[in-house]
Amino acid sequence: MNLKRTERGPISDWWWTIDRWLLVSSLLLMLFGITLSFAASPAVAERIGLDPYHFVIRQIVFMVPAVIALVAVSFLTPRQVRRLAAILFLVTLVMMVLVLFVGMEIKGSRRWLHILGFSIQPSEYMKPAFVVMAAWLFSEHMKKPEIPGNIFAIVLFLLVSALLVGQPDLGQTMLVAATFGVLFFLSGLGWMLIGGLGALSIGAAAAAYLSFDHVQSRINRFLTGEGDNYQVMQAMQAIQHGGWFGVGPGEGIVKRSLPDSHADFVFSVAAEEFGAIFCLILLAVFTVVVVRGLWLAFRERDEFTRLSTCGLVTIFGLQAVINIGVNLQLLPAKGMTLPFVSSGGSSLVATAIGMGMVLALTRHRPEKRAGLEFNLSSAPTGALTPAA
Amino acid sequence: MSEAAIHLEGLGKKGGGRTRGRVAMMMGLFVAVYAVMGGRIVQLAVQKSEITGSIPRAAQMARPDILDRNGQVLATDIRTASLFAEPHRAGDPDEVVEKLRTVLPDLSYESTRRRLKSSAKYIRLRRDLTPRQQAAIHDLGLAGIKFEPEKKRFYPGGATAAHVLGLTSADGRGIAGFEKWLDGNGLEQLRSAGLAKAESLEPVRTSLDLRVQHVLRDALNHAMERYRCIGAAGVVLDALTGEIVALSSLPDYDLNDPHDQQAPDRLNRMTSGVYEMGSSFKALTLAMALDSGIVHMGSIIDASQKLRVGRHAIGDFHGKYRPLTLPEVFVYSSNIGTAKLADQLGIDHHRGFLKKMGVMDEMELELPEIGKPQYPKDWKRINSLTIAFGHGLSTTPLQTAAAAAALMNGGRLIKPTFRRQSIDEALRDAKQVIKPETSANMRYLFRLNVEKGSGKRAEVPGYHVGGKTGTAEKVVNGRYSKTKRYNDFLAAFPIENPRYIVFVTLDEPKAPPEGGGVTAGSNAAPTVGEIIRRAAPLLGVEPEFGPENEAFLAAD
Repeated sequence: MNLKRTERGPISDWWWTIDRWLLVSSLLLMLFGITLSFAASPAVAERIGLDPYHFVIRQIVFMVPAVIALVAVSFLTPRQVRRLAAILFLVTLVMMVLVLFVGMEIKGSRRWLHILGFSIQPSEYMKPAFVVMAAWLFSEHMKKPEIPGNIFAIVLFLLVSALLVGQPDLGQTMLVAATFGVLFFLSGLGWMLIGGLGALSIGAAAAAYLSFDHVQSRINRFLTGEGDNYQVMQAMQAIQHGGWFGVGPGEGIVKRSLPDSHADFVFSVAAEEFGAIFCLILLAVFTVVVVRGLWLAFRERDEFTRLSTCGLVTIFGLQAVINIGVNLQLLPAKGMTLPFVSSGGSSLVATAIGMGMVLALTRHRPEKRAGLEFNLSSAPTGALTPAA
Repeated sequence: MSEAAIHLEGLGKKGGGRTRGRVAMMMGLFVAVYAVMGGRIVQLAVQKSEITGSIPRAAQMARPDILDRNGQVLATDIRTASLFAEPHRAGDPDEVVEKLRTVLPDLSYESTRRRLKSSAKYIRLRRDLTPRQQAAIHDLGLAGIKFEPEKKRFYPGGATAAHVLGLTSADGRGIAGFEKWLDGNGLEQLRSAGLAKAESLEPVRTSLDLRVQHVLRDALNHAMERYRCIGAAGVVLDALTGEIVALSSLPDYDLNDPHDQQAPDRLNRMTSGVYEMGSSFKALTLAMALDSGIVHMGSIIDASQKLRVGRHAIGDFHGKYRPLTLPEVFVYSSNIGTAKLADQLGIDHHRGFLKKMGVMDEMELELPEIGKPQYPKDWKRINSLTIAFGHGLSTTPLQTAAAAAALMNGGRLIKPTFRRQSIDEALRDAKQVIKPETSANMRYLFRLNVEKGSGKRAEVPGYHVGGKTGTAEKVVNGRYSKTKRYNDFLAAFPIENPRYIVFVTLDEPKAPPEGGGVTAGSNAAPTVGEIIRRAAPLLGVEPEFGPENEAFLAAD
């Protein structure tokens, strides 16, 4: 692209102010997703009687709206991001209520809506919207303590949690709760309150353990190593089978026996066919996204921008941690997609919207940045023209 | 940079510093968690490189090599490949079958074509391809045709030690014989722990001597043919260590093509079949009588008249019908004499002695195929009298041989085993069942019977064989048959200090084509003779030719 920095215009502005690390990492992860769907999904598609490349084609087709969403959202200003989040939040909230009544029931949960031939998982789109809304409410409270933003945020959180538990989707509930906790923590919550909330969440986890049989059995299986740990054991073997360099694309055998090899266990397929080194690279890309995102938030002066960037990056990074942790048998089995990489249209587009928001919020805006840049901007304008 | 940030704090809102510190904490936390996961990936990958390259499924089937006492391979794993097809990937079924049949002409055209057209995802077309076949099929370049490495159990000796080794299933589990015992004794546990890898399995060394095993089977085969038996079995047992040097049962089966292994006549006649041993059992009765002290070698027993008990009358086959000395009772195989000895000691003593000699209980051995001895629950006087000369109690030939070993080796009963065992180890678990003097007398009687009695044809010059014949009438439809016999010969050599017991049994032998007797002395005894003649040099037993021995004259 031949864009000059001195020529002002939306595209040129975007190109020079977007964070390249985050942009490249996101696109790289999507690319990995397509590569791995070639490896993992034909086996699944065949097993359920679809065309072998059904999921591959889906993944590629969904890349188009995903990349469009990623780039389009990244053009927005923080204020526009907040508006988008507000609209998205309201829409998804309505859909999540609907899903409880008219949703498709799959494996005992109602998570999907059929709209115009597409099936949509509203909770996926709700996640980035909720994070931004919560960040906004917290930041308002931080700016003007007389505004009860915290209280509103808690109300929103309880509403969302209730809807998620109603589906039931405990994985998403946990993820949203953890992210909400991080936001609360970052908004300057006192340590006493943190301790109290920590105790509360442990209590909630215990309640989930006691009141949901499948949660209980999964945790028990993880702790004792007994019982049906089929998927997880298979996933472990896949990684061991692959070794450092993998057995080669298409040569894996474990994907044949893993029911969710294209979604929740795509990491294991990657490990078997492409090897541990590839997995470390994949892990490194996720680390780059998280660290880079948090670093940019660290330098951000505006409370809302900082909090929402942190929240979006946290929910993204945490989801990856849970997915990979389950694959590596570090965590109890929990269905959770690997952001950008796992098969699944809603997950892909929603993650793209979330990451687009991060890109939008982390655009280089010298006038709003604390630290060195701030100094530079107050210096003579000549300093704004780098040697390059 | 951070200094600048602090410097500018005043410009920002209150609390910005605190929340920024918390952002840094989150960053540290995330980096730590990702580092842990990276470490876990490395850990799993390292575990893999320790496992080596073979895929887990094939490695799980690995079995240890089984060796004979000299390290000769009796059973081993060889690598083969299975041929698989993925029908949806394969091209036109007709073409695929056509091409495969150029390499595997016996591949069924119709059924293979049908299976290739089916909706199955993965079908196995053939097990155990040879490397040549695999290469040829690979060169056909057919899509959707795959190989999977497998292991196949291979027995270099074919049928030679069939009943000892047993059998393995196609997926590598022991299903009979020593192979099955291995599974039950550690291999199965190793396997479930994922440790049964070909590289780590120590070969298992057995007590068998492949050379002697071959001699035994060969001699039994000759006997089967010559005497037209329906079955034959034999064992060469080390009388001092309890090691089974050779054990064979005919008819047997080719371990590499065991299609007939399940046939009823393929039972292990040494350990699984139970039989009435006939006159060989008299050795136990005489030993019991001598050991109890009621008689000595010079005692006279009156056998001048048939012994009548109720409706039954016990007579002698080689009847002299006169008072007999104790050695004469043995050499002439007097039913009357042995029955009287047992009668004198009483039912309880007799039963207790046989129990002590281990012929009444299921024996312990490294084979699962073990027969249960049969005897009358209600043991009356008449039972005791007939059991004294070998009728009315059925037991396995192997435990009879083990009891004979105790009669010969100084009176110590040692459990037969297929494991290597030194004399000291054997003695540790041995049970003194008769006095050493009784054993010496039994050796004298055994030798006497070969020199002067029914066992003449078992003699091998220089090796000083001692032995006792047994000719039992088989029970057919609840009656003793006059035409169907079960013959055996129980031998030991060299008799001065017997190291080996050789026991041969022939099921329903007939007179050889050129004519001759049908008793054990004329078929089982010469078979034992052949075995000792051929096996003794292999076992390292030195022949001794005394000055008075005819062998010198014969060699002239």
